[in-house]
Amino acid sequence: MTGRVAIVGVGATPCRTITPDVSYKEMMFEAAQRAYSDCGLDPRKDVDSFVTCAEDFWEGTSIFDEYVPDQLGAVLKPTCTIASDGIYGVATAYMQIAAGAFEVVAVEAHSKASEVLDKAQIQAFALDPIYNRPIVPHPYLLAGLEMRAFLKATKNTAEQCSAVVEKNRGNALHNPWAARGSHVTRESVDSSEPLFEPLRQLDVAQHADSSVVLVLASGDRARRISDRPIWIRGVGWYTDDGSLETRDWRKATYAAMAAERAFEMAGINDPAASLDFAEIDDAFSYKELQHMEAAGLCAQGESGRLAEEGATTLGGELPVNPSGGSIGMGNLLEANGLMRIAQSAIQLRGEAGANQITSAQRCFALSWRGLPTTSGAAVVLERVE
Amino acid sequence: MTLFRRRLLETGKELSFEAAKMALESGGATIGDVDSVVMGTAPDAFDGIHMKGEYLSDGAGGWRKPYTRAYVGGGTGVFAAVAGWWHVASGFSDLCLAVTEEKMSSCQPHPQYAFLTIFDHTLERPLRPNLLWIFALEMNRYMHTYSIPKEHIAMVSVKNKGNALHHPCSQLGAKITVDDVLNSEVIAWPVQLLDVSPTSDGAAAILLASEEKARELTDSPVWLDGVGWSIDSAYWTNRELAYPVYAEEAGRMAYRMAGITDPSKEIDVAEVYDPFSYKELHHMEGLQLCPRGKAPGLTADGVTQKDGDLPVNPSGGLLGVGNPIAAAGMMKVCEIFWQLRGEAGKRQVPDSPEVGLAHAWGDLMQFSSVVIMRR
Repeated sequence: MTGRVAIVGVGATPCRTITPDVSYKEMMFEAAQRAYSDCGLDPRKDVDSFVTCAEDFWEGTSIFDEYVPDQLGAVLKPTCTIASDGIYGVATAYMQIAAGAFEVVAVEAHSKASEVLDKAQIQAFALDPIYNRPIVPHPYLLAGLEMRAFLKATKNTAEQCSAVVEKNRGNALHNPWAARGSHVTRESVDSSEPLFEPLRQLDVAQHADSSVVLVLASGDRARRISDRPIWIRGVGWYTDDGSLETRDWRKATYAAMAAERAFEMAGINDPAASLDFAEIDDAFSYKELQHMEAAGLCAQGESGRLAEEGATTLGGELPVNPSGGSIGMGNLLEANGLMRIAQSAIQLRGEAGANQITSAQRCFALSWRGLPTTSGAAVVLERVE
Repeated sequence: MTLFRRRLLETGKELSFEAAKMALESGGATIGDVDSVVMGTAPDAFDGIHMKGEYLSDGAGGWRKPYTRAYVGGGTGVFAAVAGWWHVASGFSDLCLAVTEEKMSSCQPHPQYAFLTIFDHTLERPLRPNLLWIFALEMNRYMHTYSIPKEHIAMVSVKNKGNALHHPCSQLGAKITVDDVLNSEVIAWPVQLLDVSPTSDGAAAILLASEEKARELTDSPVWLDGVGWSIDSAYWTNRELAYPVYAEEAGRMAYRMAGITDPSKEIDVAEVYDPFSYKELHHMEGLQLCPRGKAPGLTADGVTQKDGDLPVNPSGGLLGVGNPIAAAGMMKVCEIFWQLRGEAGKRQVPDSPEVGLAHAWGDLMQFSSVVIMRR
């Protein structure tokens, strides 16, 4: 896939644990306004196409795309929903631009998790209704099983997962967009309530509300619109084995395949050496480690040691989730991936404040669609064209 | 495509598998050749399965492939072809499999209960609306604005159910008369039983290839020449319902891309979304296939018959073949494919059509997706 596409506008509402003052429409409107004013575009005139990422059951509304055009400025424009994570939306926008259909595309995803009364019950509805739903008491059981299989296969430890939580909650303390920043020590993670062993309470990214909007533009347009475009150099997304019975629980094959595709497109052979930081899915602490290994950011079985020794902290060799990730910012349902990209773009622009990584040029972002899926998407972003 | 029926025994995964397999066989490819898979399926509420796309992934051939679910309500069927188009046109894939599936019968006692959840949770749901009465509102508005006699609209049902008699997958092919329609049970005036497409289970799939790959696979490819889609405001109560402006926008986008300036002359055969009899007419006008308010008269004159000047829904449409939402839209794309290749058997329209249009409509009377196909 050729063609140059850049992120020219970034907008979001700050992640918050509850947002009783705004509806999802108002939240989307605010994020969209911020993104459009960030790049100085009028959606009615300048944006050619709109992509939203949503799942009906999270929204509590069937055919959710009905309710998106008004607040995005998308009335009587090409608009569609990709029932997936935000990075899939970016991939869709990328393809629409590369296919020559449009020059400017806006991508939106959001979470109004605070209004979902029983999130575990919704996730349980994603299980096979006949074979799995009756025997899985809680979806986090699957995370416990996967964590055990991953730790056993890689010799990483639960204590090393605790270091991920300490880092991400700590990074989020200095990120004004984050909802879940706090001083959490490794010891307090170790001693937090067991859920489904080895998974513990503090291993889980708690939910938050936010809406994220990105504006993407084709090469020529991007240069005219913005003096600080962030270029999308590679993109990939893969689905592995949907069935619980036959999947490989030890590794994130979807992440490995998605990352490989994105790196190949970006011409990157040695990810660890080529990247300045990574924003990768950490819906559970062990997922950050599993995703690091899958994406080739480190060798198999090395991720835990790197986390433990501080190599992935802000000042480390390869900072991972400098924004705080989902553990620090809040789990945003289908908006997690888009928030990872938004935070990456802010870093690459040099606007990350206290969390700024000096002269960050190139990064990698990865999403996972959450339990019980084996689907994820990846992008490589770069400041210089 | 699979059979369209009210209660098929196959699961959604199995239906997806069957349609995907048929599409691969039709294109002379195997799943190993496929670079990416697009899934089209409408509300999760039918099946009661969250992330229905993920659930269907292995059945549709998405295992270890870039797999995406594009979702625009009733417009999903044709939109899956559009999404497949950008996978290939962008250079991301040489071969993309677009699979659509719907299993409405899982929803008990009737899928209409799932449709309650498409309405605004605060303003509309407490009124317990259903699709039949909101479309009755729209049909009334359409008939009133252009003084359309119900007899002309009934002729759509007669034509489509008649055409469907020759479709091997059809659910409600029948030889009926205008009087049968006018005497059928009134559901929500002016919508009567024979004005409505049935709920169905079914699946349909297509294989999209880049130019080079297509020539490798077949001597008679059908090209996707133009794609278009558009959405109108969610506040349907504030819109003029007599004319589907979103269909016009979607059509114009596709015509621009395909270089079509006068669709009423240049389109040889059209598959226009017809979940209700009047919608075929309504959409023909939106798609610029005829002037506003004129589609019913053209239908009465036989212009849209299989052997008329502008054959519309030679497949039998949703009224005749059935309406498993996403699969019904894709069925229309399949029909144009067969028509342009001259493989439509008894449904074949005469004079070797070269350019065809497939259209689907969705959301709250608000969305359209269009593809233009050329031999």
